[in-house]
Amino acid sequence: MSLLTQKFTKAGITIGTGLLMLGVSVANAESYPDRPIGVMVAYNPGGATDFQARIATLASAKLDKDEKPISVGQPIYVTNKPGAGGRKGWNWFASKAPQDGYMLAAYNVPHFIAQSIVFDTKYSVDNLEPVGNWGADPAVLIVGKDSQFNSATELVEFAKANPDKVTVSGAGKFVGHHIAFLQLEKAAGIDLKYVPGKGGVGAMKLVKGGQVKAGFNNLSDAARTAGDIKILAVADLERHAFLPDVPTLKELGIDVDNSSVNFRGLMVPKGTPQAVIDHLATTVPIMFNDKKTLGKMKQTNSPVHIMNRDEVLKMWAERQAALTELLAELK
Amino acid sequence: MDFLNYFGNVFTVYHISLLIGGTFAGLVLGALPGLSPTMAVALMIPFTFHMEPAAGLILLGAMYTATVAGGAISAILVNVPGAPANIATAMDGHQLAKQGRAAEALYYCFTSSFIGGVLGIFVLIFFTPPLADLALKFGPTELFWIAILGITIIGTIGSRSVIKGLLSGLFGIALSTIGANPMLGEDRFVYSEHLESGIHIVAALIGLFAVPQILTLIEEARKDKNTSVHALGESKLVRSVVYNLKRFKALTIGSLVGIIVGIIPGAGGQIAGLVAYDQARKLSRNPENFGKGEPDGVIAAESANNAMVGPSLVPLLTLSIPGSPTAAVLLGGLLIHGLFPGPDLFTIHAEVTWTFIDSLLVAQVFMLVIGLILSRHSGWIMKIPGHYMAATIFILAAFGTYSIQSSYSDVVVMATLGVFMYFAAKLGFSPAPVVLGIILGPIAEDNFLQGKLIGESGDGVFSYFTSGMLNITMIILCAASIAYSVYTETKARKMRASLIK
Repeated sequence: MSLLTQKFTKAGITIGTGLLMLGVSVANAESYPDRPIGVMVAYNPGGATDFQARIATLASAKLDKDEKPISVGQPIYVTNKPGAGGRKGWNWFASKAPQDGYMLAAYNVPHFIAQSIVFDTKYSVDNLEPVGNWGADPAVLIVGKDSQFNSATELVEFAKANPDKVTVSGAGKFVGHHIAFLQLEKAAGIDLKYVPGKGGVGAMKLVKGGQVKAGFNNLSDAARTAGDIKILAVADLERHAFLPDVPTLKELGIDVDNSSVNFRGLMVPKGTPQAVIDHLATTVPIMFNDKKTLGKMKQTNSPVHIMNRDEVLKMWAERQAALTELLAELK
Repeated sequence: MDFLNYFGNVFTVYHISLLIGGTFAGLVLGALPGLSPTMAVALMIPFTFHMEPAAGLILLGAMYTATVAGGAISAILVNVPGAPANIATAMDGHQLAKQGRAAEALYYCFTSSFIGGVLGIFVLIFFTPPLADLALKFGPTELFWIAILGITIIGTIGSRSVIKGLLSGLFGIALSTIGANPMLGEDRFVYSEHLESGIHIVAALIGLFAVPQILTLIEEARKDKNTSVHALGESKLVRSVVYNLKRFKALTIGSLVGIIVGIIPGAGGQIAGLVAYDQARKLSRNPENFGKGEPDGVIAAESANNAMVGPSLVPLLTLSIPGSPTAAVLLGGLLIHGLFPGPDLFTIHAEVTWTFIDSLLVAQVFMLVIGLILSRHSGWIMKIPGHYMAATIFILAAFGTYSIQSSYSDVVVMATLGVFMYFAAKLGFSPAPVVLGIILGPIAEDNFLQGKLIGESGDGVFSYFTSGMLNITMIILCAASIAYSVYTETKARKMRASLIK
């Protein structure tokens, strides 16, 4: 083969490959999604966020009677990148994840927003785009079953007389439980002592074992073990269907809103084509609303709260403002 | 005697095939570095989504018990523990293998695993209510003292000199402080992006054990010594099993330690093997044989590992508080099937729960049989030439490390620590205390911080840590452990001195 032919062959291959890639990328924008989609979960497999994400995305490839996809249209798989309370996975997602709609992530509000305010993270509400919310798990104020406190009011009275003597456990710093704790302190004008546990499970253990006087924990987990603890109040705007007899802190005259509610949903990084975001924004809530998915969520005691993209955008903005104010007072 | 009524549910064709499949897969996966029991169970949970609750739990339970035992296979054959729980097994198990007694060591391993496992599950069946209450009594202060108790054995595990052991342990504890502070969230010592989420225990385990092994194999292959090719020896199955059963003391120590460690939530089954190994050596008539291929070392370590499995489910099933990291993952598996730990589990869901517990017992039998068969034929691994072996371990180590949390950083950390350990080993340092330090460091730190916060709001930190029966017992045990180490060390010195004379 002469040198010239070789050169031509090489050029041909280059141009050909180039055209091919162009073709693929054009096809991508039009026919999204044409291959399975990933969801990055920033927590360990088996945890609440992980298994809820797996259940929430079960219906992604479901077809109707005419063999047409009813929701996203491709199978969704979960990949875990745990570490540093979620920071590791979300840092990766905001800075390194492909922006083509083939890698989604599960978000936890208020966790990631609070972290982006307090720490030097690569993510914030400004470089992430929500596509739908599947769940909302409020924080509840709990005490051991033999505790001296029978209501949140009693606890507040005691704390007023004994500042810094009431220990309150929660899943860690700058998660929903910690936010609820800070709000309670501020609204009731009391000084409590926050004891971060090893996750929600560790925080619950401290309450059940009587090592701390009270705790904030997930409503779903507390409702499940209602026999071993006393649930005093819910940190939300309204009472919850799982616990119709438990009052909200607001009802008791303690001005705590829903800033600490743990919202879970899906998002893509900023820079994802608008067409892809639109497709996901319309189909993801439909996927969450699937009958079998809702049944599984109910079976696992996971509180469902489906919101579309616009509602989530509004909720994110509200949280950003509320948390910036609340956490600024800490520093 | 409720549990006797549900064996029928276990013996259906579907459930038995799940048990056999789960046990076999667990043994093989457990033997791969990186696929620790926790990982294996976590990976299996999505597969149980579409199964009946009982079937799903049977599969998860079989995986749990089998992976714990499977980690011993690689520990014995190639000196790379499959999981932190199997470190102690490697110490004498691999020495036995080097002496051409690999199959024998594996027989000990599976026989002791079986005995420990069955005892542990009987504890789960008969003593669940009283033990669940005991588990709750272990708060931050008690767990802090347990971690300190663990640290007192660091100096004597696997190293020739106490000072080198302590230094290695200290290095491990220092490593464990890297990354975000688990309690307060601030970053510590994050000099590189790779250290962002700290040093994962399994990544460190693979690096510290596998990489020096790879480099040593290559080194020996170049010298053309081929020391890794050992005679297999006769596989004396019956004789080994009978000998194993006669080692009553090692079996008792191992099972007891495993059961106690299993019940204590948060202590983690990872240390059961090491604590049992240390106790077996201290109470042995020939402690000097440990580390040189003493069957008792393997027997104590492996019976402890599997005895831990049943009791680690005691606080999980009753109080929703897992007794080991793997039990924590299993909690997710239970919740997915709508089985919420608590009294309901033994009333409304009694059928599923007891079927699950019974299947754990049956799984022990399958683990023993499949394990013994595999052992009989696993000797060929010892015949693989060193350079092939090095390449295989290299691939498995890189793959296994990446798979823990799909993180390239873990691979970097693994390789760095491994190369470092290779040179440190030449100076007489041992990897086991480093890993123990990485495990115990966070347990001590988290619980100290929690205890300090609680103590400050009560009668003061010092009195909070030193009052209460359990705390005082732990402190006495710590003191005894240190005193014993000093005593044996001075005795050994005197003996050496008199020998020189």
